[in-house]
Amino acid sequence: MTKKYTGGKIFTALTYVFLYAPIIVLIVFSFNSTKSRTIWSGFTLNWYKELFSDRLIMSSLQTTLLVSVVASLVAAVIGTFAAIGFYNMKKNWRGPLLTVNNIPVINADIITGVSLSLLFVSAGALMGFELGFGTLLIAHISFDIPYVILSVMPKLYQLDRNLFEASQDLGCTWFQTVYKVIIPEIMPGIINGLLIAFTMSVDDFVISYFTAGSSVQTLSMTIYAMTRRRISPKINAISTLLFAVVLILLVIVNVRESRQHKAELKKEKMLKGAN
Amino acid sequence: MSKNKVFSGALRAVGGFFDRFRKQSFAYPYVLWMALFVVVPIILIAVYAFTSAQGHFTLGNFSGMIDYVPVFVRSLWLAFLATVICIIIGYPVALAISRMNPRTQRVLIMLIMLPMWINFLLRTYAWMSLLENTGLINRLLGAVGVFDLINSLHAGDAAYTPITHFQLINTNGAVILGMVYNYLPFMILPIQSVIVKIDPFVIEAAEDLGANSRTVFRKVILPLSLSGVVSGITMVFVPAVSTFVISKLLSNGTVMLLGDLIEMQFAGAAYNPHLGSAISLIMMVIVVICMSLMNRFGEGEEQAVMM
Amino acid sequence: MKKSIIVIISAVLLLGLFSGCGGSTASKGVVNVYNWGEYIDTDLLTQFEDETGISVNYKTFESNEQMYSVLKQGGVSYDVVIPSDYMISRMIDEDMLQPLDFANIPNYSLIDGGLKNAAYDPDNVYSVPYMWSTVGLIYDPTVVGEVDSWGALFDSKNSGNILMFDNSRDAMGIALKYLGYSLNTTDKSELEKAYELLKQQKGILQGYVMDQIFDKLESGEAAIGPYYAGDFLTMHENNPNLKFCIPTEGSNVFVDAMCILKNAQNKENAEAFINFMTATKNSAANSEFIGYTSPNKEVKDLLDLDELTESVMYPDQALLSKCESFINLPQETLDYYDELWIKLKS
Repeated sequence: MTKKYTGGKIFTALTYVFLYAPIIVLIVFSFNSTKSRTIWSGFTLNWYKELFSDRLIMSSLQTTLLVSVVASLVAAVIGTFAAIGFYNMKKNWRGPLLTVNNIPVINADIITGVSLSLLFVSAGALMGFELGFGTLLIAHISFDIPYVILSVMPKLYQLDRNLFEASQDLGCTWFQTVYKVIIPEIMPGIINGLLIAFTMSVDDFVISYFTAGSSVQTLSMTIYAMTRRRISPKINAISTLLFAVVLILLVIVNVRESRQHKAELKKEKMLKGAN
Repeated sequence: MSKNKVFSGALRAVGGFFDRFRKQSFAYPYVLWMALFVVVPIILIAVYAFTSAQGHFTLGNFSGMIDYVPVFVRSLWLAFLATVICIIIGYPVALAISRMNPRTQRVLIMLIMLPMWINFLLRTYAWMSLLENTGLINRLLGAVGVFDLINSLHAGDAAYTPITHFQLINTNGAVILGMVYNYLPFMILPIQSVIVKIDPFVIEAAEDLGANSRTVFRKVILPLSLSGVVSGITMVFVPAVSTFVISKLLSNGTVMLLGDLIEMQFAGAAYNPHLGSAISLIMMVIVVICMSLMNRFGEGEEQAVMM
Repeated sequence: MKKSIIVIISAVLLLGLFSGCGGSTASKGVVNVYNWGEYIDTDLLTQFEDETGISVNYKTFESNEQMYSVLKQGGVSYDVVIPSDYMISRMIDEDMLQPLDFANIPNYSLIDGGLKNAAYDPDNVYSVPYMWSTVGLIYDPTVVGEVDSWGALFDSKNSGNILMFDNSRDAMGIALKYLGYSLNTTDKSELEKAYELLKQQKGILQGYVMDQIFDKLESGEAAIGPYYAGDFLTMHENNPNLKFCIPTEGSNVFVDAMCILKNAQNKENAEAFINFMTATKNSAANSEFIGYTSPNKEVKDLLDLDELTESVMYPDQALLSKCESFINLPQETLDYYDELWIKLKS
């Protein structure tokens, strides 16, 4: 039995090495005392110091976080309500609307970016505004909402329709039903969608590249500009920090989840024991 | 009596209509948003594709498309290869993970998702340090003596120039490697999540009926996991076809893909949004065709996103 | 689960707000500058902000053509742009620039007379020179031997070590010069021949680069490539093996100048910036840092240059006479250039 699986296990281990090797190299060379990305000459924290004093990188980090948080929150609100609305529609309306909703997800991001830039530039010429934080935010919200909807819809379908009837029989209006019954039930789906939307926004490069204009820059755009010029190990430093932050976050979430899991198992045991 | 019934029935119908309207109205703001920010931009692309720089209707942007067929073919081919490689690597890994106990599985899945959270520009850039002529892989091979060995094999050949490195970067291979590296997790995760959901009783039943593990795999697991593979293909192929960062970073402009071509027309060296829109339109059509073919076989992107 | 999400989001928000601290907010407004990459001593930007209180939003582009695309696409507004000579004349023709108010740029008097009344801005209305330099071959003689001709870029003996310009005019220009034609030819057959030469080169080329060339030549990743003389001096500091030459077939001499866009929103701040960069002290510091030649006539005496730097920064008349300037080409030719360039890269 185990013999058959070791081949698979070795293959899997190799794949993980493949996935992590470049990242480890990046991290190691972020501490290199010379600019070289391939020859090790000694340990230093200089690049991190330079990173924090680099105004452009810090402001683009701030922009990225701001846009991602705001866009994912707005998307969560609009998306949840939209999903509830879609849920109540007749099938022949819902189908095409959901297809249109999926367009930003299926479409290559360069097309989304380029098409939005055409829109913003033409509208801007007519109405006198330029590409900037506003257009960047709108673009991010636009590609975040579909992920929220795709996350919430399955949860809505899992809901027991009797819940609505029950709450309305008990005297709730539709709005009250939504706030007090539906939303708490689908909250895991909303949170999930929020997280996915946030990830998509933070990681986005192409759409931001075409819609941010000259006055704001996201972190991805700054990194791209850095790769087009002299490469500085500051990029390695950014990678290391991002990796550390994400690692810590994922560990926290996982530890919490396994603790909750253990608590639930304990509860079950106790209940069984009581019987 | 019946008049009352009809009347109250009509009232209920009207009330129901308004009720439904109220319930549906939650979606109306978003429908408006979609119309403005999803539909209109695509219409704009179509408009630009069919107009000339002077503003007249023209098919001229499409007539020159023959020149760019090599770029289309190259993009589709490289994306296809990258997708196939992702399946070849991703499926066994997903299978292996799904066979482990749940706690290990959770850790392993977390480890797969971790690189995805790091900016993909950085992940691609990381490969530059490894693949360059003076990069780590070539250095390692040189230190171990691989090049000396190869050179000594050709010692008698007058026409042979000794090599100091393997050409790894600036090749189609480097671009495919970049694609596989960036999108492999998107193939592993959907397959794993689908395999894990297969009812273990089904497998037990198959074994009870006399199937050995290879038959179980071929006849039970494989067919049931196909929808995961389809999701994975969706998540890998489309980004691979349209990328321009991977080709820019790993090929220094020698391998031009559709994404590079489009980017050139809008923010790059040859400003022509009409040509760029025409190429984008064709790319959209190709993607829609591929995706509808895929949808015949599975859930498609919806399951893909939710993994 | 909910609680941990809230904790994480608030932590992220706090981090975001915290990362914004440490930057001083300027009181006198902002100036948006769009310049070539690796083309300024960034200390000067901080100095400008301290002296005038105007905050600088500094962005870079890779080539004249890329800058043009971004500006033409619209939706962006820059105040100061620093294109090259031929691009300036194109932008003047297409009404993209506005006349400068030289009362706000008194340092203009320090500009060398030979650079005034240039072909691209004959009445000195739209531009103030920023830096000038030449295009030449940068190479590592220990790998490719001694070089004095553009032919080295097309020689298969150097295969895999060759880099080339990633913009149409510089790349085609080199091919045209090697074939003996003018940089500014509009003759389609000559352009075709240049294109064919470049197409052949693609097989032995390592890559099309602009500022990525710095790392490649300094680390030895590549061994030969055309680039600007000023950048050679910077690369030479990091890799003393490198040598520079202006090939016998002739080359390009160019001037980059500061202009103000028509839709600029901070005209006075822009003129203050231009004036600042032209001042002798600042231009000298800039010149020393980036290696290009300052247009300010007082700078040469201020700088203490070694022999190599002086020969590259201030080439003698014999070399300069071999160099041609780019001029803007008619729209038809420009379209043909775009067509050939896309075909080449495809």
